[in-house]
Amino acid sequence: MIPAIEVQGLRKAFGDHVVLDGIDLVVPAGEVVCVIGPSGSGKSTLLRCINRLEEPTGGRILIEGEDITDPECDIDDVRTRIGMVFQQFNLFPHLDVMTNLTIAPRRVRKLPKAQTIELADAMLARVGLSEKVHAYPGQLSGGQQQRVAIARALCMEPDMMLFDEVTSALDPELVGDVLEVMRSLARDGRTMVVVTHEMGFAREVADRVVFMDAAAIVEEGTPAQVLGQPTHQRTRRFLERVLNQ
Amino acid sequence: MALTRRQRARLVRLVTIVVPLAVGAVLIALADWAAIQRAFFQPDIAADLFPDIVTTGVRNTLIYTFFAFVGGLAIGLLMALMRLSSIPPYRWFATAYIELFRGVPAIVTLLAVGFAIPIALDWRVPGDYGPASVALAIVAGAYLAETIRAGIQGVPKGQVEAARSLGMSSTRTMVTIVIPQAFRLMIPPLTNELVLLVKDSSLVYVLGSTADTIELNKFGRDAVAREFNGTPITVVALLYLAITLPLTRVAAWLETRGGGGR
Repeated sequence: MIPAIEVQGLRKAFGDHVVLDGIDLVVPAGEVVCVIGPSGSGKSTLLRCINRLEEPTGGRILIEGEDITDPECDIDDVRTRIGMVFQQFNLFPHLDVMTNLTIAPRRVRKLPKAQTIELADAMLARVGLSEKVHAYPGQLSGGQQQRVAIARALCMEPDMMLFDEVTSALDPELVGDVLEVMRSLARDGRTMVVVTHEMGFAREVADRVVFMDAAAIVEEGTPAQVLGQPTHQRTRRFLERVLNQ
Repeated sequence: MALTRRQRARLVRLVTIVVPLAVGAVLIALADWAAIQRAFFQPDIAADLFPDIVTTGVRNTLIYTFFAFVGGLAIGLLMALMRLSSIPPYRWFATAYIELFRGVPAIVTLLAVGFAIPIALDWRVPGDYGPASVALAIVAGAYLAETIRAGIQGVPKGQVEAARSLGMSSTRTMVTIVIPQAFRLMIPPLTNELVLLVKDSSLVYVLGSTADTIELNKFGRDAVAREFNGTPITVVALLYLAITLPLTRVAAWLETRGGGGR
């Protein structure tokens, strides 16, 4: 079976600064992969290369078998199959919640209006914010905004979801609701790549944990292996630092 | 001899408050108020100007301003997008345009469009208001381009990334996500540009005007020459203020209210 995401020898440099140095990663459909590592290790850049928000410097990225680094590739079309959620939510502040959710299905997927509203209602219910349908993003808490952002991505009915440190900008008491939504998505068997500092979430939800440091993948395996019995010194040191906080 | 701190403070107070007040009092006492009133505030001359100064002068000033602003917005948006383009020749052209028409006095552009082009090409911008409006729009476009570019760049990068990650094309992202937010950011500076245009419209006199197309400033100057009196200039100044003050008040209000959506 063709994997959802296949990264081969990915390199990314900003000028002389190498951020990703030969990354290989395969994410089969239905798998939840959590990427952990110290800040500056390149994990967010890896995620942003997967939907080409960052242009790779070298290597290949296959989405469902399609090479998105090929200049012939229609990246806008590929992106409709990859939902992305950002650290800073990035809701459209000039549009209400309903329009935030329906604008891409209408303008990009060309769905009829009634169908997009139905879809938006369903996804908003799924993240538990049905009553906020007419609110503007500025009227919502950070946690609510982030759940709306997840619902917005889901309205495209993507085959896979990318989460880029989605709880890092939230007050601690708001993190739980967002993680709960992500847990339920994982239970549904959705393909997810999650860059996170939430070790508890990774241990509980991930099928596989990838530890990155200094522009490379240091080790990967089941949560029990990587978080429980890490084989590399660098992984152990990182986990000690994070878990002792 | 060195002054103590208290003495120095007293001296500063004397210089900054007492001296200007004294000078003002002397000037007021010496001024020939009757002569000033004769020269600038004759009610009958002022009354004679109405209603034509409003129905013709103010009206035409507003017409020139409107055409210049709408045309300038269109040109400015185009130049801003070209300036931000990834295609180098577009950027070069927009930069050259902006630098040229910001660097050259507006009056030169007016003369070029009104006289030089008709002489060189044997073609004139049609319409009574045409040449002057086009020239003002060309100049306004250069200034507005920079205002609009700043507004577009003021929209956070994350907005573009969110839109693109949903599969929107760069054009769709610009039209539905970036420009609506940019215009919200730009309302205060755009209002200021509009006030400048109201005043710049007084320059169209260099192209000559008919009794129908004469704008406020020229209307006043003709009246000064006819009456041999300064009163019309006072009226003209007050009428300009009647147009621009509400605009600057609106701009200030929008600024304090600023970005309520974010």
